[in-house]
Amino acid sequence: MSIPVDLSTTLGNAWFPSPIFTASGCASSGKELAQFFPLKEIGAVVTKSVMSKPRHGRPTPRMAETPSGMLNSIGLQGPGIDAFLANDVPWLLEQKARVIVSIAGETIEEYSTLARKLRSVSGISAVEVNISCPNVENRGLVFACDPDASRRVIDGVRKTIGGELPIIAKLSPDVTDLPAIARGVVDAGADALALINTVLGMVINLDTMKPHLGGKTGGLSGPAIRPVAVRAIYQVHAALPQIPILGMGGVSSGRDALELILAGASGISVGTASFGNPSALITIQNELRDLLAARGFATMQQAVGYAHRDESP
Amino acid sequence: MSAINRHAVQQQVVIVGNKRVGAYHQILLNVGDVVKFCKPGNFVAIAVGGDSSRMILRRAFAISRVSENSQYGGTMELIVAPHGSGSKWLCSQVEGTEIDIVAPLGTAFGIPTEPINALLIGGGYGSAPLFGLADVLKSRGCKVDMLLGASVGSKIYAPMEGKRSVNSLRIYTEDGSMGETGRVTESLLDIISQRAIDVIYSCGPMAMLSAITSLVAETEVIHQCAVEESMACGIGICMTCVLPVKNADGSTSMLRSCIDGPVMDGSDVRWDLVGKVPEVAP
Repeated sequence: MSIPVDLSTTLGNAWFPSPIFTASGCASSGKELAQFFPLKEIGAVVTKSVMSKPRHGRPTPRMAETPSGMLNSIGLQGPGIDAFLANDVPWLLEQKARVIVSIAGETIEEYSTLARKLRSVSGISAVEVNISCPNVENRGLVFACDPDASRRVIDGVRKTIGGELPIIAKLSPDVTDLPAIARGVVDAGADALALINTVLGMVINLDTMKPHLGGKTGGLSGPAIRPVAVRAIYQVHAALPQIPILGMGGVSSGRDALELILAGASGISVGTASFGNPSALITIQNELRDLLAARGFATMQQAVGYAHRDESP
Repeated sequence: MSAINRHAVQQQVVIVGNKRVGAYHQILLNVGDVVKFCKPGNFVAIAVGGDSSRMILRRAFAISRVSENSQYGGTMELIVAPHGSGSKWLCSQVEGTEIDIVAPLGTAFGIPTEPINALLIGGGYGSAPLFGLADVLKSRGCKVDMLLGASVGSKIYAPMEGKRSVNSLRIYTEDGSMGETGRVTESLLDIISQRAIDVIYSCGPMAMLSAITSLVAETEVIHQCAVEESMACGIGICMTCVLPVKNADGSTSMLRSCIDGPVMDGSDVRWDLVGKVPEVAP
Protein backbone atom coordinates (compact mmCIF):
# COMPACT_ATOMS: atom_id res chain seq x y z
CA MET A 1 0.00 0.00 0.00
CA SER A 2 0.96 3.65 -0.35
CA ILE A 3 2.39 5.82 2.42
CA PRO A 4 -0.34 6.76 4.89
CA VAL A 5 -1.73 10.27 4.45
CA ASP A 6 -0.70 12.76 7.14
CA LEU A 7 -4.05 14.02 8.42
CA SER A 8 -2.64 16.50 10.93
CA THR A 9 -3.77 20.11 10.95
CA THR A 10 -3.30 23.36 12.84
CA LEU A 11 -5.64 26.13 13.92
CA GLY A 12 -3.58 29.09 15.08
CA ASN A 13 -0.82 27.59 17.20
CA ALA A 14 -2.82 24.48 18.11
CA TRP A 15 -1.88 21.18 16.46
CA PHE A 16 -4.27 18.29 15.94
CA PRO A 17 -3.49 14.79 14.64
CA SER A 18 -6.68 14.75 12.57
CA PRO A 19 -8.91 17.44 11.06
CA ILE A 20 -12.10 15.64 12.16
CA PHE A 21 -13.68 17.27 15.24
CA THR A 22 -17.05 17.11 16.90
CA ALA A 23 -19.25 20.18 16.38
CA SER A 24 -20.20 22.30 19.35
CA GLY A 25 -23.70 21.49 20.53
CA CYS A 26 -23.67 18.08 18.85
CA ALA A 27 -21.53 16.07 21.24
CA SER A 28 -22.41 17.54 24.64
CA SER A 29 -19.10 17.23 26.53
CA GLY A 30 -18.04 13.94 24.99
CA LYS A 31 -19.15 11.40 27.60
CA GLU A 32 -22.10 10.20 25.55
CA LEU A 33 -20.01 9.40 22.45
CA ALA A 34 -17.16 7.78 24.40
CA GLN A 35 -19.11 4.50 24.44
CA PHE A 36 -18.86 4.35 20.65
CA PHE A 37 -15.20 5.31 20.05
CA PRO A 38 -12.19 6.56 22.05
CA LEU A 39 -12.33 10.36 21.98
CA LYS A 40 -8.56 10.59 21.54
CA GLU A 41 -8.90 8.97 18.10
CA ILE A 42 -10.44 12.10 16.56
CA GLY A 43 -8.87 15.53 16.11
CA ALA A 44 -10.68 17.26 18.96
CA VAL A 45 -13.87 17.45 20.97
CA VAL A 46 -15.52 20.85 20.57
CA THR A 47 -17.74 21.11 23.60
CA LYS A 48 -21.27 22.49 23.67
CA SER A 49 -21.27 26.29 23.95
CA VAL A 50 -21.20 27.15 27.63
CA MET A 51 -22.40 30.36 29.28
CA SER A 52 -21.58 31.99 32.61
CA LYS A 53 -24.60 30.61 34.43
CA PRO A 54 -26.60 27.36 34.23
CA ARG A 55 -29.36 27.70 31.67
CA HIS A 56 -32.59 25.79 30.94
CA GLY A 57 -32.77 26.61 27.23
CA ARG A 58 -35.96 26.76 25.20
CA PRO A 59 -39.25 24.90 25.64
CA THR A 60 -40.02 21.62 23.83
CA PRO A 61 -40.66 20.62 21.09
CA ARG A 62 -37.03 21.44 20.30
CA MET A 63 -36.65 19.33 17.20
CA ALA A 64 -38.20 18.86 13.77
CA GLU A 65 -36.81 16.57 11.12
CA THR A 66 -36.81 18.12 7.64
CA PRO A 67 -35.79 16.64 4.27
CA SER A 68 -32.10 15.68 4.67
CA GLY A 69 -31.86 17.87 7.74
CA MET A 70 -33.36 18.94 11.02
CA LEU A 71 -34.26 22.04 12.93
CA ASN A 72 -33.13 22.40 16.52
CA SER A 73 -34.16 24.94 19.05
CA ILE A 74 -32.17 24.13 22.18
CA GLY A 75 -31.32 27.65 23.28
CA LEU A 76 -27.93 26.98 24.88
CA GLN A 77 -29.09 24.74 27.74
CA GLY A 78 -26.07 24.00 29.88
CA PRO A 79 -24.47 23.69 33.31
CA GLY A 80 -22.66 27.04 33.36
CA ILE A 81 -18.91 27.59 33.06
CA ASP A 82 -17.97 26.73 36.66
CA ALA A 83 -19.60 23.28 36.70
CA PHE A 84 -18.34 22.66 33.17
CA LEU A 85 -14.73 23.43 34.07
CA ALA A 86 -14.95 21.42 37.28
CA ASN A 87 -16.56 18.29 35.79
CA ASP A 88 -16.29 18.05 32.03
CA VAL A 89 -12.87 19.40 31.08
CA PRO A 90 -10.89 17.22 33.55
CA TRP A 91 -12.77 14.16 32.34
CA LEU A 92 -12.02 14.93 28.68
CA LEU A 93 -8.33 15.49 29.43
CA GLU A 94 -8.26 12.18 31.30
CA GLN A 95 -9.44 10.54 28.07
CA LYS A 96 -6.47 12.19 26.34
CA ALA A 97 -8.92 14.03 24.09
CA ARG A 98 -7.93 17.39 22.66
CA VAL A 99 -10.45 19.95 23.84
CA ILE A 100 -11.79 23.08 22.19
CA VAL A 101 -14.09 24.92 24.56
CA SER A 102 -16.98 26.79 22.95
CA ILE A 103 -18.29 29.83 24.81
CA ALA A 104 -21.45 31.90 24.34
CA GLY A 105 -22.59 35.08 26.04
CA GLU A 106 -25.51 37.44 26.14
CA THR A 107 -23.26 40.48 26.39
CA ILE A 108 -19.81 41.43 25.16
CA GLU A 109 -18.66 41.44 28.81
CA GLU A 110 -19.92 37.88 29.36
CA TYR A 111 -17.60 36.59 26.62
CA SER A 112 -14.62 38.30 28.25
CA THR A 113 -15.58 36.88 31.64
CA LEU A 114 -15.82 33.38 30.17
CA ALA A 115 -12.48 33.75 28.42
CA ARG A 116 -10.88 34.89 31.69
CA LYS A 117 -12.10 31.69 33.39
CA LEU A 118 -10.48 29.59 30.64
CA ARG A 119 -7.11 31.24 31.22
CA SER A 120 -6.53 29.35 34.42
CA VAL A 121 -7.36 25.96 32.90
CA SER A 122 -4.47 24.00 31.44
CA GLY A 123 -4.81 21.44 28.67
CA ILE A 124 -7.34 23.25 26.47
CA SER A 125 -6.30 23.47 22.80
CA ALA A 126 -8.39 26.45 21.67
CA VAL A 127 -11.51 28.49 22.40
CA GLU A 128 -14.43 28.72 20.01
CA VAL A 129 -16.31 31.98 20.43
CA ASN A 130 -19.89 31.24 19.40
CA ILE A 131 -21.31 34.59 18.36
CA SER A 132 -23.85 33.05 16.01
CA CYS A 133 -26.31 30.87 17.96
CA PRO A 134 -29.64 31.43 16.19
CA ASN A 135 -31.73 30.27 19.15
CA VAL A 136 -31.89 33.46 21.14
CA GLU A 137 -35.00 35.48 21.83
CA ASN A 138 -33.85 38.57 20.02
CA ARG A 139 -32.29 38.30 16.58
CA GLY A 140 -30.54 41.57 17.39
CA LEU A 141 -28.52 39.56 19.91
CA VAL A 142 -26.90 37.41 17.24
CA PHE A 143 -23.57 39.22 17.38
CA ALA A 144 -22.36 37.60 14.16
CA CYS A 145 -25.09 39.38 12.18
CA ASP A 146 -23.60 42.75 13.17
CA PRO A 147 -20.04 43.52 12.01
CA ASP A 148 -19.39 45.96 14.84
CA ALA A 149 -20.74 43.71 17.63
CA SER A 150 -18.76 40.75 16.23
CA ARG A 151 -15.54 42.74 16.32
CA ARG A 152 -16.15 43.98 19.83
CA VAL A 153 -16.80 40.46 21.21
CA ILE A 154 -13.60 39.10 19.66
CA ASP A 155 -11.65 42.15 20.75
CA GLY A 156 -12.75 41.57 24.35
CA VAL A 157 -11.78 37.89 24.22
CA ARG A 158 -8.42 38.70 22.59
CA LYS A 159 -7.58 41.20 25.32
CA THR A 160 -8.18 38.44 27.89
CA ILE A 161 -6.55 35.38 26.35
CA GLY A 162 -5.07 36.52 23.04
CA GLY A 163 -1.73 34.85 22.35
CA GLU A 164 -2.37 32.15 24.97
CA LEU A 165 -5.16 30.18 23.31
CA PRO A 166 -6.13 30.27 19.64
CA ILE A 167 -9.43 32.12 19.22
CA ILE A 168 -11.89 30.60 16.75
CA ALA A 169 -14.83 32.88 15.88
CA LYS A 170 -17.96 30.94 14.90
CA LEU A 171 -19.97 32.81 12.30
CA SER A 172 -23.48 32.65 10.88
CA PRO A 173 -24.19 32.18 7.16
CA ASP A 174 -27.35 34.29 7.61
CA VAL A 175 -25.67 37.55 6.61
CA THR A 176 -25.39 39.54 3.40
CA ASP A 177 -21.62 39.92 3.32
CA LEU A 178 -19.91 37.06 5.17
CA PRO A 179 -16.33 37.93 4.04
CA ALA A 180 -16.77 41.41 5.54
CA ILE A 181 -17.85 39.97 8.92
CA ALA A 182 -14.98 37.49 8.74
CA ARG A 183 -12.44 40.22 7.99
CA GLY A 184 -13.76 42.24 10.92
CA VAL A 185 -13.29 39.47 13.49
CA VAL A 186 -9.87 38.58 12.09
CA ASP A 187 -8.81 42.22 12.40
CA ALA A 188 -10.09 42.12 15.99
CA GLY A 189 -7.87 39.14 16.81
CA ALA A 190 -9.54 35.90 15.75
CA ASP A 191 -6.89 33.30 14.84
CA ALA A 192 -9.37 31.07 12.98
CA LEU A 193 -12.99 30.99 11.86
CA ALA A 194 -15.68 28.35 12.37
CA LEU A 195 -18.07 28.22 9.41
CA ILE A 196 -21.03 27.71 9.47
CA ASN A 197 -23.47 27.81 12.35
CA THR A 198 -26.99 26.55 11.57
CA VAL A 199 -29.26 28.39 9.17
CA LEU A 200 -32.35 29.99 10.69
CA GLY A 201 -35.48 28.07 9.70
CA MET A 202 -39.04 27.23 10.66
CA VAL A 203 -41.60 24.43 10.39
CA ILE A 204 -45.35 24.83 10.79
CA ASN A 205 -47.26 21.87 12.20
CA LEU A 206 -50.29 21.05 10.03
CA ASP A 207 -52.23 19.50 12.95
CA THR A 208 -51.98 22.50 15.25
CA MET A 209 -51.51 24.92 12.32
CA LYS A 210 -48.94 26.74 14.46
CA PRO A 211 -45.14 26.89 14.51
CA HIS A 212 -43.97 23.39 15.47
CA LEU A 213 -41.00 24.33 17.65
CA GLY A 214 -41.50 25.69 21.15
CA GLY A 215 -39.09 28.48 20.26
CA LYS A 216 -40.92 28.99 16.93
CA THR A 217 -37.70 29.26 14.88
CA GLY A 218 -34.75 26.89 14.92
CA GLY A 219 -31.36 26.22 13.38
CA LEU A 220 -31.31 24.06 10.25
CA SER A 221 -28.48 21.52 10.09
CA GLY A 222 -27.65 18.33 8.24
CA PRO A 223 -26.89 17.54 4.57
CA ALA A 224 -29.56 20.06 3.51
CA ILE A 225 -27.21 22.95 4.38
CA ARG A 226 -23.95 21.49 3.05
CA PRO A 227 -23.92 23.58 -0.16
CA VAL A 228 -24.38 26.70 1.99
CA ALA A 229 -21.33 25.68 4.02
CA VAL A 230 -19.24 24.98 0.93
CA ARG A 231 -20.16 28.41 -0.47
CA ALA A 232 -19.41 30.20 2.81
CA ILE A 233 -16.03 28.47 3.25
CA TYR A 234 -15.08 29.04 -0.39
CA GLN A 235 -15.96 32.77 -0.20
CA VAL A 236 -14.14 33.38 3.06
CA HIS A 237 -11.06 31.36 2.07
CA ALA A 238 -10.85 33.38 -1.16
CA ALA A 239 -10.99 36.62 0.83
CA LEU A 240 -8.70 35.53 3.69
CA PRO A 241 -6.51 32.67 2.42
CA GLN A 242 -4.13 32.82 5.41
CA ILE A 243 -6.85 32.32 8.04
CA PRO A 244 -7.58 28.70 8.97
CA ILE A 245 -11.22 27.70 8.78
CA LEU A 246 -12.94 25.03 10.89
CA GLY A 247 -15.57 23.98 8.37
CA MET A 248 -18.91 22.41 9.18
CA GLY A 249 -22.42 22.07 7.81
CA GLY A 250 -23.97 18.76 6.81
CA VAL A 251 -20.80 16.67 6.69
CA SER A 252 -21.82 13.02 6.95
CA SER A 253 -19.18 11.22 4.86
CA GLY A 254 -15.51 11.44 3.99
CA ARG A 255 -16.58 12.77 0.61
CA ASP A 256 -18.37 15.69 2.29
CA ALA A 257 -15.37 16.42 4.52
CA LEU A 258 -13.07 16.52 1.50
CA GLU A 259 -15.45 18.87 -0.30
CA LEU A 260 -15.22 21.39 2.56
CA ILE A 261 -11.43 20.98 2.73
CA LEU A 262 -11.09 21.65 -0.99
CA ALA A 263 -13.21 24.77 -0.48
CA GLY A 264 -10.74 25.99 2.15
CA ALA A 265 -11.37 24.28 5.50
CA SER A 266 -8.35 23.17 7.59
CA GLY A 267 -10.55 21.26 10.01
CA ILE A 268 -14.00 19.69 9.85
CA SER A 269 -16.62 19.57 12.59
CA VAL A 270 -19.16 16.77 12.38
CA GLY A 271 -22.42 17.56 14.12
CA THR A 272 -25.82 16.29 13.06
CA ALA A 273 -24.31 13.18 11.45
CA SER A 274 -23.50 11.90 14.96
CA PHE A 275 -27.20 12.01 15.85
CA GLY A 276 -27.97 9.44 13.15
CA ASN A 277 -24.71 7.55 13.47
CA PRO A 278 -22.78 7.63 16.77
CA SER A 279 -19.62 6.37 15.07
CA ALA A 280 -19.85 8.86 12.18
CA LEU A 281 -16.66 10.72 13.14
CA ILE A 282 -14.50 7.60 12.86
CA THR A 283 -16.11 6.51 9.58
CA ILE A 284 -15.64 10.00 8.10
CA GLN A 285 -12.01 10.14 9.24
CA ASN A 286 -11.22 6.78 7.63
CA GLU A 287 -13.03 7.65 4.41
CA LEU A 288 -11.26 11.01 4.20
CA ARG A 289 -7.85 9.34 4.55
CA ASP A 290 -8.66 6.98 1.65
CA LEU A 291 -10.07 9.75 -0.55
CA LEU A 292 -6.97 11.93 -0.04
CA ALA A 293 -4.69 9.01 -0.83
CA ALA A 294 -6.67 8.15 -3.96
CA ARG A 295 -6.13 11.71 -5.19
CA GLY A 296 -2.42 11.65 -4.48
CA PHE A 297 -2.34 13.98 -1.49
CA ALA A 298 0.45 13.08 0.94
CA THR A 299 -0.93 15.45 3.55
CA MET A 300 -4.39 16.75 4.32
CA GLN A 301 -2.98 20.29 4.39
CA GLN A 302 -2.10 20.08 0.69
CA ALA A 303 -5.80 19.71 -0.10
CA VAL A 304 -6.90 22.77 1.91
CA GLY A 305 -8.35 25.28 -0.55
CA TYR A 306 -7.25 23.16 -3.52
CA ALA A 307 -10.45 24.09 -5.39
CA HIS A 308 -9.13 27.65 -5.61
CA ARG A 309 -5.91 26.74 -7.46
CA ASP A 310 -6.91 28.13 -10.88
CA GLU A 311 -8.41 31.34 -9.55
CA SER A 312 -6.58 34.47 -10.64
CA PRO A 313 -4.90 36.12 -7.65
CA MET B 1 -14.99 5.47 30.34
CA SER B 2 -18.26 7.13 31.17
CA ALA B 3 -21.35 5.38 32.54
CA ILE B 4 -23.60 7.04 29.95
CA ASN B 5 -24.78 4.65 27.22
CA ARG B 6 -22.87 1.84 28.91
CA HIS B 7 -23.60 -1.45 27.08
CA ALA B 8 -25.00 0.40 24.04
CA VAL B 9 -23.75 -1.13 20.79
CA GLN B 10 -24.23 0.00 17.21
CA GLN B 11 -24.63 -3.00 14.91
CA GLN B 12 -26.16 -4.32 11.71
CA VAL B 13 -28.88 -6.82 12.52
CA VAL B 14 -31.26 -8.99 10.51
CA ILE B 15 -35.05 -8.79 10.68
CA VAL B 16 -36.16 -12.37 11.34
CA GLY B 17 -39.85 -11.67 11.81
CA ASN B 18 -42.37 -9.01 10.75
CA LYS B 19 -46.07 -9.70 11.23
CA ARG B 20 -49.12 -7.52 11.56
CA VAL B 21 -50.89 -7.56 14.91
CA GLY B 22 -54.00 -5.36 14.82
CA ALA B 23 -52.89 -1.82 14.02
CA TYR B 24 -49.25 -2.69 14.73
CA HIS B 25 -46.30 -4.65 13.41
CA GLN B 26 -44.49 -7.11 15.63
CA ILE B 27 -40.88 -7.01 14.46
CA LEU B 28 -38.28 -9.53 15.57
CA LEU B 29 -34.56 -8.73 15.27
CA ASN B 30 -31.64 -11.11 15.57
CA VAL B 31 -29.39 -8.97 17.77
CA GLY B 32 -27.06 -11.52 19.37
CA ASP B 33 -25.39 -11.11 22.74
CA VAL B 34 -26.60 -7.56 23.34
CA VAL B 35 -29.86 -9.03 24.71
CA LYS B 36 -27.97 -9.84 27.91
CA PHE B 37 -27.92 -6.12 28.69
CA CYS B 38 -31.46 -5.25 27.55
CA LYS B 39 -33.83 -4.56 30.45
CA PRO B 40 -37.56 -3.79 30.40
CA GLY B 41 -37.90 -0.05 29.74
CA ASN B 42 -34.76 0.24 27.55
CA PHE B 43 -35.16 1.34 23.96
CA VAL B 44 -33.50 0.86 20.59
CA ALA B 45 -32.64 3.55 18.02
CA ILE B 46 -32.96 2.43 14.41
CA ALA B 47 -31.67 4.07 11.21
CA VAL B 48 -34.52 4.23 8.69
CA GLY B 49 -34.96 4.70 4.98
CA GLY B 50 -31.83 3.01 3.65
CA ASP B 51 -28.49 4.48 2.60
CA SER B 52 -29.79 7.36 0.47
CA SER B 53 -32.60 8.24 2.86
CA ARG B 54 -33.59 11.85 3.35
CA MET B 55 -34.55 10.82 6.90
CA ILE B 56 -31.30 11.51 8.73
CA LEU B 57 -32.41 10.73 12.27
CA ARG B 58 -32.87 7.40 14.00
CA ARG B 59 -36.27 6.34 15.28
CA ALA B 60 -36.59 5.23 18.89
CA PHE B 61 -38.70 2.20 19.84
CA ALA B 62 -39.30 0.62 23.23
CA ILE B 63 -37.88 -2.90 23.41
CA SER B 64 -40.95 -5.07 23.87
CA ARG B 65 -39.12 -8.18 25.02
CA VAL B 66 -35.91 -10.08 24.42
CA SER B 67 -35.08 -13.76 24.28
CA GLU B 68 -31.61 -15.15 24.88
CA ASN B 69 -32.17 -18.52 23.29
CA SER B 70 -34.65 -18.40 20.44
CA GLN B 71 -33.95 -20.47 17.29
CA TYR B 72 -31.95 -17.45 16.08
CA GLY B 73 -29.98 -16.86 19.29
CA GLY B 74 -30.51 -13.50 20.99
CA THR B 75 -33.62 -11.79 19.62
CA MET B 76 -35.36 -8.50 20.35
CA GLU B 77 -39.06 -7.87 19.72
CA LEU B 78 -40.50 -4.45 18.88
CA ILE B 79 -44.11 -3.31 18.49
CA VAL B 80 -44.22 -0.61 15.84
CA ALA B 81 -47.15 1.60 14.87
CA PRO B 82 -46.74 2.59 11.20
CA HIS B 83 -47.60 6.26 11.76
CA GLY B 84 -44.76 8.40 10.41
CA SER B 85 -42.53 7.89 7.40
CA GLY B 86 -39.78 6.24 9.48
CA SER B 87 -41.98 3.68 11.22
CA LYS B 88 -43.81 2.96 7.94
CA TRP B 89 -40.45 2.22 6.31
CA LEU B 90 -39.49 -0.12 9.13
CA CYS B 91 -42.84 -1.95 8.97
CA SER B 92 -42.42 -2.45 5.20
CA GLN B 93 -39.06 -4.23 5.56
CA VAL B 94 -39.21 -7.95 4.80
CA GLU B 95 -37.62 -10.74 6.79
CA GLY B 96 -33.93 -11.04 5.93
CA THR B 97 -33.37 -7.29 5.64
CA GLU B 98 -30.37 -5.85 7.53
CA ILE B 99 -30.92 -2.73 9.59
CA ASP B 100 -28.62 -0.53 11.71
CA ILE B 101 -29.53 -0.36 15.39
CA VAL B 102 -28.12 1.16 18.58
CA ALA B 103 -29.19 -0.63 21.77
CA PRO B 104 -29.81 -0.91 24.61
CA LEU B 105 -30.41 2.75 25.45
CA GLY B 106 -32.01 4.61 28.34
CA THR B 107 -33.05 3.73 31.87
CA ALA B 108 -34.97 0.58 32.84
CA PHE B 109 -37.95 -0.09 35.08
CA GLY B 110 -36.82 -0.70 38.65
CA ILE B 111 -37.38 -4.33 39.63
CA PRO B 112 -38.29 -4.88 43.30
CA THR B 113 -36.15 -7.21 45.36
CA GLU B 114 -39.23 -8.53 47.21
CA PRO B 115 -42.52 -9.89 45.82
CA ILE B 116 -44.92 -6.94 45.49
CA ASN B 117 -48.30 -6.20 43.94
CA ALA B 118 -47.60 -4.50 40.62
CA LEU B 119 -50.06 -2.77 38.30
CA LEU B 120 -48.93 -2.34 34.71
CA ILE B 121 -50.73 0.32 32.67
CA GLY B 122 -50.29 0.69 28.92
CA GLY B 123 -51.80 3.14 26.46
CA GLY B 124 -51.86 2.08 22.79
CA TYR B 125 -48.57 0.55 21.69
CA GLY B 126 -47.25 1.73 25.06
CA SER B 127 -48.13 -1.74 26.27
CA ALA B 128 -45.19 -3.12 24.27
CA PRO B 129 -42.50 -3.06 26.99
CA LEU B 130 -44.96 -4.10 29.71
CA PHE B 131 -45.21 -7.78 28.69
CA GLY B 132 -41.44 -8.24 28.95
CA LEU B 133 -41.60 -6.43 32.29
CA ALA B 134 -44.46 -8.70 33.43
CA ASP B 135 -42.30 -11.78 32.76
CA VAL B 136 -39.50 -10.40 34.92
CA LEU B 137 -41.86 -9.36 37.73
CA LYS B 138 -43.56 -12.78 37.72
CA SER B 139 -40.19 -14.50 37.94
CA ARG B 140 -39.57 -12.47 41.12
CA GLY B 141 -42.82 -13.70 42.63
CA CYS B 142 -44.76 -10.46 42.12
CA LYS B 143 -48.49 -10.33 41.52
CA VAL B 144 -48.97 -8.63 38.17
CA ASP B 145 -52.23 -6.97 37.10
CA MET B 146 -52.50 -5.09 33.83
CA LEU B 147 -54.72 -2.35 32.43
CA LEU B 148 -54.56 -1.52 28.73
CA GLY B 149 -56.30 1.37 27.04
CA ALA B 150 -56.63 2.82 23.55
CA SER B 151 -59.02 4.91 21.49
CA VAL B 152 -60.26 1.83 19.56
CA GLY B 153 -59.93 -1.95 19.90
CA SER B 154 -57.51 -2.33 16.97
CA LYS B 155 -55.00 -0.18 18.87
CA ILE B 156 -54.91 -2.51 21.87
CA TYR B 157 -51.76 -4.60 21.79
CA ALA B 158 -52.27 -7.70 23.91
CA PRO B 159 -50.76 -10.87 22.44
CA MET B 160 -51.95 -14.28 23.65
CA GLU B 161 -48.55 -15.21 25.08
CA GLY B 162 -48.46 -11.85 26.87
CA LYS B 163 -51.77 -12.50 28.61
CA ARG B 164 -50.26 -15.59 30.21
CA SER B 165 -47.64 -13.52 32.03
CA VAL B 166 -50.20 -11.45 33.99
CA ASN B 167 -52.61 -12.39 36.77
CA SER B 168 -55.40 -10.24 35.34
CA LEU B 169 -55.93 -8.03 32.31
CA ARG B 170 -58.55 -5.30 31.92
CA ILE B 171 -59.02 -3.52 28.61
CA TYR B 172 -60.54 -0.09 28.09
CA THR B 173 -61.41 1.60 24.80
CA GLU B 174 -62.77 5.09 24.38
CA ASP B 175 -65.32 3.96 21.78
CA GLY B 176 -66.21 0.76 23.64
CA SER B 177 -65.19 -1.47 20.71
CA MET B 178 -63.19 -3.70 23.07
CA GLY B 179 -63.38 -4.27 26.82
CA GLU B 180 -64.88 -1.54 28.97
CA THR B 181 -65.80 1.88 27.65
CA GLY B 182 -63.58 4.63 28.98
CA ARG B 183 -59.97 5.21 29.96
CA VAL B 184 -57.47 3.25 32.05
CA THR B 185 -57.63 5.93 34.72
CA GLU B 186 -61.43 5.40 35.11
CA SER B 187 -61.43 3.33 38.33
CA LEU B 188 -57.71 3.40 39.06
CA LEU B 189 -57.97 4.39 42.73
CA ASP B 190 -60.47 1.59 43.42
CA ILE B 191 -58.22 -0.95 41.75
CA ILE B 192 -55.23 0.30 43.74
CA SER B 193 -57.00 -0.12 47.07
CA GLN B 194 -58.82 -3.39 46.23
CA ARG B 195 -55.64 -5.07 45.05
CA ALA B 196 -53.25 -3.40 47.51
CA ILE B 197 -51.03 -2.16 44.67
CA ASP B 198 -47.49 -1.18 45.68
CA VAL B 199 -46.03 -0.05 42.37
CA ILE B 200 -47.50 1.18 39.08
CA TYR B 201 -45.45 0.74 35.92
CA SER B 202 -46.81 2.73 33.00
CA CYS B 203 -46.05 3.45 29.38
CA GLY B 204 -48.17 5.42 26.95
CA PRO B 205 -49.13 8.96 25.96
CA MET B 206 -47.83 11.76 28.18
CA ALA B 207 -51.38 12.81 29.13
CA MET B 208 -52.01 9.33 30.52
CA LEU B 209 -48.77 9.31 32.51
CA SER B 210 -49.58 12.74 33.89
CA ALA B 211 -53.13 11.70 34.83
CA ILE B 212 -51.87 8.58 36.65
CA THR B 213 -49.32 10.69 38.54
CA SER B 214 -51.97 13.08 39.85
CA LEU B 215 -54.35 10.23 40.77
CA VAL B 216 -51.73 8.44 42.89
CA ALA B 217 -50.22 11.63 44.36
CA GLU B 218 -52.10 11.18 47.65
CA THR B 219 -51.36 7.46 47.91
CA GLU B 220 -48.30 5.47 48.91
CA VAL B 221 -48.07 3.96 45.43
CA ILE B 222 -44.79 4.38 43.54
CA HIS B 223 -45.31 5.31 39.89
CA GLN B 224 -42.58 4.47 37.40
CA CYS B 225 -43.43 5.70 33.92
CA ALA B 226 -41.71 5.46 30.56
CA VAL B 227 -41.97 8.92 28.98
CA GLU B 228 -42.07 9.80 25.32
CA GLU B 229 -40.56 13.03 23.99
CA SER B 230 -39.38 13.52 20.43
CA MET B 231 -35.66 12.95 20.19
CA ALA B 232 -33.07 13.38 17.46
CA CYS B 233 -30.22 11.17 18.67
CA GLY B 234 -31.32 8.84 21.50
CA ILE B 235 -27.82 8.91 23.01
CA GLY B 236 -27.78 12.20 24.93
CA ILE B 237 -25.95 14.54 22.58
CA CYS B 238 -28.72 16.56 20.92
CA MET B 239 -30.54 17.93 24.00
CA THR B 240 -33.91 17.97 22.24
CA CYS B 241 -35.84 15.40 24.34
CA VAL B 242 -35.68 17.23 27.66
CA LEU B 243 -38.34 17.17 30.37
CA PRO B 244 -38.63 19.35 33.48
CA VAL B 245 -37.74 17.15 36.46
CA LYS B 246 -37.67 18.03 40.16
CA ASN B 247 -34.32 17.94 41.95
CA ALA B 248 -33.87 16.92 45.58
CA ASP B 249 -33.54 20.60 46.57
CA GLY B 250 -36.86 21.51 44.95
CA SER B 251 -35.34 23.18 41.90
CA THR B 252 -36.09 21.93 38.40
CA SER B 253 -33.70 20.60 35.76
CA MET B 254 -34.35 19.93 32.11
CA LEU B 255 -33.32 16.27 31.88
CA ARG B 256 -32.85 14.24 28.73
CA SER B 257 -35.53 11.57 28.39
CA CYS B 258 -33.07 9.41 26.42
CA ILE B 259 -30.41 8.98 29.12
CA ASP B 260 -32.15 10.12 32.33
CA GLY B 261 -35.27 8.35 31.01
CA PRO B 262 -37.33 6.98 29.43
CA VAL B 263 -38.21 5.44 32.79
CA MET B 264 -38.68 8.15 35.40
CA ASP B 265 -40.48 8.44 38.72
CA GLY B 266 -43.80 10.04 37.78
CA SER B 267 -43.79 12.19 40.90
CA ASP B 268 -40.44 13.74 39.89
CA VAL B 269 -41.69 14.99 36.51
CA ARG B 270 -43.06 18.55 36.50
CA TRP B 271 -45.96 17.66 34.20
CA ASP B 272 -47.30 21.22 34.49
CA LEU B 273 -44.08 22.52 32.94
CA VAL B 274 -43.80 20.11 30.00
CA GLY B 275 -43.51 22.30 26.91
CA LYS B 276 -42.55 25.28 29.05
CA VAL B 277 -39.33 26.52 30.60
CA PRO B 278 -38.94 26.56 34.39
CA GLU B 279 -39.52 30.11 35.54
CA VAL B 280 -36.65 30.33 38.02
CA ALA B 281 -33.03 29.97 37.01
CA PRO B 282 -31.63 26.64 38.23
